[in-house]
Amino acid sequence: MPLTFYNKPALVAYVTCGDPDLATTRDIVLAAIEAGADVIELGVPFSDPVADGPVIQRASERALRHGTTLAQVLTLAAELRQHAQSTGLIVFSYLNPILRMGLEKFCKVARAAGVDGALVTDLPVEEAGEYLRDMRAHDLAPVFLAAPTSTDERLKRIAQASQGFVYAVSRTGVTGQRQRLADDARKLVRRLRRATKLPIALGFGISTAEQFAEVGKFADAVVVGSAIVDMIERNPGREAAAVAHFIKELSAVSHQLSASSL
Amino acid sequence: MAALEELEREYEKAKRDRKFQARLDELLRTYAGRPTPLSFARRLTEKLGGAKIYLKREDLLHTGAHKINNCLGQALLVERMGKHRVIAETGAGQHGVATATVCALLGFECVVYMGTEDMRRQELNVFRMRLLGAEVRGVDSGSRTLKDAINEAMRDWVTNVRTTHYLLGSVLGAHPYPTMVRDFHRVIGREARAQILKAEGKLPSAIIACVGGGSNSIGIFYDFLKDKKVRLIGVEAGGHGDRLGEHAARFCGGSPGVLQGTRSYVLQDAAGQIATTHSISAGLDYPSIGPEHAWLHDTSRAEYVAASDAAALAATTLLARTEGIIPALESAHAVAEALKRAPKMKKSEVVVVNISGRGDKDIGILRENLELS
Repeated sequence: MPLTFYNKPALVAYVTCGDPDLATTRDIVLAAIEAGADVIELGVPFSDPVADGPVIQRASERALRHGTTLAQVLTLAAELRQHAQSTGLIVFSYLNPILRMGLEKFCKVARAAGVDGALVTDLPVEEAGEYLRDMRAHDLAPVFLAAPTSTDERLKRIAQASQGFVYAVSRTGVTGQRQRLADDARKLVRRLRRATKLPIALGFGISTAEQFAEVGKFADAVVVGSAIVDMIERNPGREAAAVAHFIKELSAVSHQLSASSL
Repeated sequence: MAALEELEREYEKAKRDRKFQARLDELLRTYAGRPTPLSFARRLTEKLGGAKIYLKREDLLHTGAHKINNCLGQALLVERMGKHRVIAETGAGQHGVATATVCALLGFECVVYMGTEDMRRQELNVFRMRLLGAEVRGVDSGSRTLKDAINEAMRDWVTNVRTTHYLLGSVLGAHPYPTMVRDFHRVIGREARAQILKAEGKLPSAIIACVGGGSNSIGIFYDFLKDKKVRLIGVEAGGHGDRLGEHAARFCGGSPGVLQGTRSYVLQDAAGQIATTHSISAGLDYPSIGPEHAWLHDTSRAEYVAASDAAALAATTLLARTEGIIPALESAHAVAEALKRAPKMKKSEVVVVNISGRGDKDIGILRENLELS
């Protein structure tokens, strides 16, 4: 299933798998899809999440206390795929757990599970030779991060290596919710449009319907991560319901936008 | 990536700039106290009855360890780049102190990240950094030691990359750090080689140095790499046991992995999660190792062994009482290996041990662990 964004802007939802446990993650993801999420980023917890702020750091620590592994996340992906035929599923992980499993094995298992692609946080395009070969050989979309500080030349390299969509990071910094969207965001998307025809998803710091609406005006998809993980942390025992409610609010905006552009 | 590329460009330019080199040399000489002596350990040599032991005295460098060689070099690069804010990670605190020192010298804002566990065991250094004007931020996540401090420093850097330079303290991280930090520490080996030739008229049979991230060891090894008959011995932290989590010996149980921007030997579990490590010495307590050491290991140019906490403590007392030098606990690991090796070598052979730092910062730990007679 190719990663297609039907609704504009599409909603890409990130969750840290295994927080509070894998069974709850399953419920959360299915509820998120039902509520309107177009693509799910299945976050693999890592001991050293250098690109993540405190919310996702805490989620990772909780997931790791249960011994959540990459292998388990891929098993969960297979199960989710049974219930969600048209949702994009992306594995979101740091490089080391993938290397430990073996790049080829990872790609084989991911493909068999019905995963559409992967985003490896700390793998720059320059070091991605083997990864790209294995991903392509297994028909998986490699998604890369583009930053406001990336040069035009680098944006071109990122665009050339990417499939599915390009993930534009809205600001210099780590994951986490912010009050205001940075000026960097719009500029980055504009520069990326010159380098690629792929859909552009913008993420980092988006947590309100207002921000979602604003980003939706210039990006093809909006990634919401820490806000969802935070909602999970703050609603023990009713995580799926809380996330579904939150996503419905955000999705309502995109339906309004689509309707108003007719 | 943009910041790394900018740093690499500036560093390449600086390498070719005679004025930069001259200014760095002048600061190393007139401020830091280079060259450091190579001391003949007469009583220790006699006691062990084997090879002649020489000690390279990085403990005599300003701030009490080799760290400042790299800090001065990078600080001059910060000046060239026009940045005004410097951040650093620190384990034992020596790199933090050296960073705070050069920031005070050159007038930069300084923030040092330190694991709260390390802050507890190296209180003296925390105070020194604050006295020098740096802000010390405790890191409470993960294992609360060096790797967690690095994570937090990296988060700060990506957030403030336009105004801030990350002054990394060892031969780790993404390029150009491993190369650049090694180059700034090469002066150790360059001096030692000239000094030993002058003192003995020949090259040593072996060089022994402790290896945490790997900066002092690669610094003393580098100019001897071409001398094939000189054995290069790196001593890792053997901690208090062989199981994962009880030591920090990357070459005994680690495997290739990627942590914090580098691919090297990493202590990790079967699922690829980075292991916690243990050493009585905070500066060796790190699950990965400089990639150049990985290469020296894999090409067999250098050998890597481990010394336990107990051996390091015993070596500290012995060196103190036979030579009047209290080494840092990190450096004591190198001394421990020398105590094992020298007796088995001929009296005509020479061994050089890098004393990478002084032990004042460790008085608290030494007091807890040693029963002095």
